Amino acid sequence: MIRLEGLTKHYGSFVALDHITVHVPRGVLYGCLGPNGAGKTTMLRMIAGILRPTDGRVLIGGDDVQVDSIAAKMRLGFIPDRPFVYDKLTGAEFLRFVAGLYGQEGDVVERRAAELLEVFELSSWKDELIEAYSHGMRQKLIISSALIHRPECIVVDEPMVGLDPKGARLLKDIFRQFVDRGGTVLMSTHTLEVAEVMCDQIGILQHGKIVAHGTMAEIRLAHAAGNASLEELFLKLTGGHAVRELVEVLGR
Amino acid sequence: MNQPSLLHVLTPKWRTVRQRLRQERAAGGGGKLVVLALVGSAFWAGVFGLLYYILRYFRGVEELGPLLASKMLGIALLSFVSILILSNVITALSSFFLAKDLDLLVAAPVDWLRLYLAKLAETLVHSSWMVALMTVPILAAYGVVYRGGFLFIPYAVAVVLPLLVLPAVLGSALTLVLVNVFPARRTRDLLSIIALGAAAGVILLFRLIRPEQLARPEGFRNLLDFIAVLRTPTSPFLPSEWAARSIMGYLRHEFDPLPLILLWSTAAGFITLGAMLHRQLFTAGFTKAQEGAERFVRGVLWRRTVGSILFALPVAKREFVLKDIKLFFRDTSQWSQLILLAVLVVVYLFNINALPLHRGEPVGFFYVTLVSFLNLGLAGFVLASIAARFIFPAVSLEGRQMWLLRSSPLDLRALLWSKYWVGTIPLLVLALLLTGLTNVLLDVSLFMMVVGLVTITALTLAVAALALCYGTLYPQFETENAAQIPTSFGGLVFMMTTVALLAAVIFSLWQAVYAYVQAVNEHRPVAVDGWMMFFFAVGATLCIVATAVPLRIALRKMETFEF
Repeated sequence: MIRLEGLTKHYGSFVALDHITVHVPRGVLYGCLGPNGAGKTTMLRMIAGILRPTDGRVLIGGDDVQVDSIAAKMRLGFIPDRPFVYDKLTGAEFLRFVAGLYGQEGDVVERRAAELLEVFELSSWKDELIEAYSHGMRQKLIISSALIHRPECIVVDEPMVGLDPKGARLLKDIFRQFVDRGGTVLMSTHTLEVAEVMCDQIGILQHGKIVAHGTMAEIRLAHAAGNASLEELFLKLTGGHAVRELVEVLGR
Repeated sequence: MNQPSLLHVLTPKWRTVRQRLRQERAAGGGGKLVVLALVGSAFWAGVFGLLYYILRYFRGVEELGPLLASKMLGIALLSFVSILILSNVITALSSFFLAKDLDLLVAAPVDWLRLYLAKLAETLVHSSWMVALMTVPILAAYGVVYRGGFLFIPYAVAVVLPLLVLPAVLGSALTLVLVNVFPARRTRDLLSIIALGAAAGVILLFRLIRPEQLARPEGFRNLLDFIAVLRTPTSPFLPSEWAARSIMGYLRHEFDPLPLILLWSTAAGFITLGAMLHRQLFTAGFTKAQEGAERFVRGVLWRRTVGSILFALPVAKREFVLKDIKLFFRDTSQWSQLILLAVLVVVYLFNINALPLHRGEPVGFFYVTLVSFLNLGLAGFVLASIAARFIFPAVSLEGRQMWLLRSSPLDLRALLWSKYWVGTIPLLVLALLLTGLTNVLLDVSLFMMVVGLVTITALTLAVAALALCYGTLYPQFETENAAQIPTSFGGLVFMMTTVALLAAVIFSLWQAVYAYVQAVNEHRPVAVDGWMMFFFAVGATLCIVATAVPLRIALRKMETFEF
């Protein structure tokens, strides 16, 4: 469903992503992990069509995001890490606006918006300007907006940031059900416990390159990690052991 | 605990400025600097030249000359102080209550006095730099004409500095009180309306008292009355009057230290009082400013009215237009500018009506046509200023939400289309009203009425396209205050380009209209010849090119945006 082919991004002389090739099939929840600055957000933003790749391409359901952008984006729902939305619209208006961007309107949209607002406990806030929403409420609204047009795949950057435990649990359930029904989710996260529990496949990014990719079992096998947890694997692959020692020194 | 120095508290601000300059230089911003320097120098030279000419004339007039020079300086400085108070009120709200660094500073163990002084300095610089630059050619002209010598430069700085400090303290104090009195979330809205309402009132009042009568001494009963009016200071308690007296005293070698002492001691006193007020009220005001809004909006009205009118449009375009209109009318800092706009239009019409064209001696057909024609240029300039304020920032204001627009299947042409027409239609209505009404006031012929309306329509379409294009080429995605966007470099280049376009179109059309005017004047039948058609075609081509090319460039640029 989501296919990255030799995806590369340079910012001047800095290589943010270096020939990334990944395939996320339909019905899979794919977790993208990596230390800060590894290139996760850049990769996700290129998949969403916000950034242009320096080289390589992104295919969504077979459509190139840069060439057949409209067809590719119709299939996609994107949830960014920072919830910037129009402060002077109400929650309901924002959902209606986003649906309009996908060419949808009328009773179907109104019903869907009402359902989503209900699920995310925003119904009583739907006629309030977004400027009054908390960070978590904005995040919930953006998640709702990514689902309003019934996408085939969701690309999400740090989905749990700002959500309360109930919201986080709800999101996990929604993603699981979405994937079980044949949808595809590609998410980046720093919460390794979440990734370990939720993701069918995992890719670990380090300095713009994929250093490990596959199911947990496949990664363990490939790196001779026995029964190591995802956290131990992550630290091993991204050089985090040195940091851990430093933390111990600082903690004394 | 040792408190950090004031300079340390301000470190992020000046480092940001330095870094921005470095980035500009690294990105090949040399051309930008040259353009800015050229435009700035030309403006300075223009102001200096005009004042030099006037002051030299004044200098040659016995008795009355120095009085007029002093009065003129007093009025200029008083205008600056009035503008600065308004500007400081608005700026202080951002720097004292809404700035992003406030959480860090308030949470840090920085004492109230340092916080006050740092934020006061920030407010002062942000709101006063333009006025400070404006005083340079004015005072330079005074210095040169009255032979002030090089020592006049530090003296002028010593006079102007407290004059900038006073409105900054006053503006900050006013904001502090307002934030504490009014509901927190409404303060910004209220301030926008108060400030713009006050500005509009001042402009209207200033125009309606017809200051041009001062330039006609024959209106006074005798010369002594006129001199008496000039001799009277506007008010002995106004700091602008102290500054004018101090400068004129120095320049006329009648140095009196009292006005300068008054300026500095008042500035010091104001800072002390401002600091005391800050200590009493800031914490409560800052807390209030953090409170959330409680405002329910249904937005049914827009959907039923504008939504119904636009029903034939594709849903994406319709929702986009609806969104833009809602955002505009829900943001007080945006719609409140319409107050100022309405006043400017009234003043504009008042000025046209006040022209002595149809009073006393009948004025020739040639002059009426000429004024009507020049009026096109002036109306075009007014429209350009409005476009700079409302259309130029349109793309920048989408900045933070661009993730949504770029990740959705919205065609960028639809986005551009929406931005263009949402800005152009109101501008066009205004343009037609302005030109139509002024032409009625001028009592022009039907031919000139038609030429005027068609030209202003074509110019409006071009000006709006240029505004959108430059707004896209020089976006300000990080700016939170829409009012600051037009004052950027891109805004300047847009205005320069528009003025060039207006000049070119008016020049080419005048060539065509001149033949008509000549024919009517000489009671000959109007002959539509090849040249007339050619110049009309040149004007039309200029407008079409200035509409189509910028829109294409804007679209290309938009496609390269990365976030």
